[in-house]
Amino acid sequence: MPEAPGRLMSKQPFSAWALIRRGLSGQRGWQPQWRQAAPKASYDAVIVGGGGHGLGAAYYLAQEHGMRNIAVLERGWIGGGNTGRNTTIIRSNYLFSESAALYDHSLKLWESLAQVLNYNVMFSPRGVMMLAHTVHDIQVFKRHVHANRCNGVDNEWLEPEQAKTFCPPLNISPGIRYPVLGAALQRRGGTARHDAVAWGYARAADALGVDIIENCEVLGLRVDAHGAIEALETSRGLIQSPKVGVSAAGHTSVVLGFAGVRVPLESYPLQALVSEPVKPVFPCVVMSNTIHAYISQSDKGELVIGAGTDAYTSYTQRGALHINTHTLDAICELFPQFRRMRMLRNWGGIVDVTPDRSPIIAKTPVKGLYVNCGWGTGGFKATPGAAHVFAWTIAHDAPHPINAPFTLERFRDGYLIDEAAAAAVAH
Amino acid sequence: MLLIDCPYCGLRPEIEFSYGGEAHLARPQRPSDLDDQAWSDFLYTRANVKGVHAERWRHARGCGRFFNALRDTTSDRILATYETGRPRPDVAPGTAKPPPSGGGA
Repeated sequence: MPEAPGRLMSKQPFSAWALIRRGLSGQRGWQPQWRQAAPKASYDAVIVGGGGHGLGAAYYLAQEHGMRNIAVLERGWIGGGNTGRNTTIIRSNYLFSESAALYDHSLKLWESLAQVLNYNVMFSPRGVMMLAHTVHDIQVFKRHVHANRCNGVDNEWLEPEQAKTFCPPLNISPGIRYPVLGAALQRRGGTARHDAVAWGYARAADALGVDIIENCEVLGLRVDAHGAIEALETSRGLIQSPKVGVSAAGHTSVVLGFAGVRVPLESYPLQALVSEPVKPVFPCVVMSNTIHAYISQSDKGELVIGAGTDAYTSYTQRGALHINTHTLDAICELFPQFRRMRMLRNWGGIVDVTPDRSPIIAKTPVKGLYVNCGWGTGGFKATPGAAHVFAWTIAHDAPHPINAPFTLERFRDGYLIDEAAAAAVAH
Repeated sequence: MLLIDCPYCGLRPEIEFSYGGEAHLARPQRPSDLDDQAWSDFLYTRANVKGVHAERWRHARGCGRFFNALRDTTSDRILATYETGRPRPDVAPGTAKPPPSGGGA
């Protein structure tokens, strides 16, 4: 159980042999995967937010930049925010070169993440298929296919029959309200296990000495007379740190507001839902931006269905039922076999949306204060890549070439990266 | 779903309305006098309040008129609605009487 703060726990490696051995001994002998750390008085760097992005940033800070005296502060429990509230879709078929570089960097890290962390994140590149229902959709998706291929990102155009072959449950009847006219398929895209991503990063970061401090809410940020970050006021006391990385998703405006930094973000509830579990019936991920639905099947057997954002800003982590109903209308039309499925539960997460639907991974006007935010409705897919370049930005006090375009100043200087077409709601 | 008290039509379900974002943002009279930062702040930067938020709504599928609302973004409870052009009423969460039959989701 909880070990003394500051003591390094030896990482218990996972292997087939270890699984068999524990299995034969009644699953006894597994150790906690990370320590229950208590906050120290000071750190070299502190990450605010214990989701996948924050834990990943701490891991890369420790692993690649040698910063071991660091902490992750989490208001609730790790992975309990948007990391545990999304539909785990992973893809990199964004339009612009800046985005393609960022999201594909992430996708490449996903491909080896389980081996690197020695933790099964269940990355499953089963293919992400985005449906076109209108002539405009066809033109936009074909443009995406060409732009992606210019950037070395796989994406291909499928005619309706080919889409049906790839995903047999799909209804390609021309008689439905919004017939499927084709699809863009990224075969390298897929899903991963959301909890495992948070836990894998937490375990790996902890083994490198990172303190992961749960139930620790940031209540204030102290900035010194020279405009540099000095300390964090938390529900568990004052913590000094010359570097603070904020990775707080929907609460970014609140946390940065403590240091007087205003950001172009609005926080909206985004809902998702799962069905009762059934046998494997759905082989891939299907998304439809036009009629607002995205769906895959988890390894537990539940259909994982993403709905839209609510109309208004909110911090409540819930939304209105009519948003989900609207999505289920589309699901039932596209996949008539699911019409009698029962939905098991639904929930909301609070997503921080930027005006151009692209993230901000950057320095702020306060020296030593960094932010990774603005992922809106699609941050899960970017977890490893964003964490990796955010750690670089914190360690070097300068952006990595991949996140250099994703500044706060782009809104002032007019260099928006407008991914609204790639993102829509079904990010 | 929210129940929203349109100042002109009374209590109606949220699906009759469209959301208009933060209220009381006055477009600068002479945008050409602003520097890039000030113009960017007007265009893009929002308070994104966790707490009582003044916001615009439009009764799009009703009377069609814009009005303002005060809503607590930690509970989604609507504390007051008022006509565009009127100053923001002075209510805080917990002190205001909720609209008839509740405005929460």
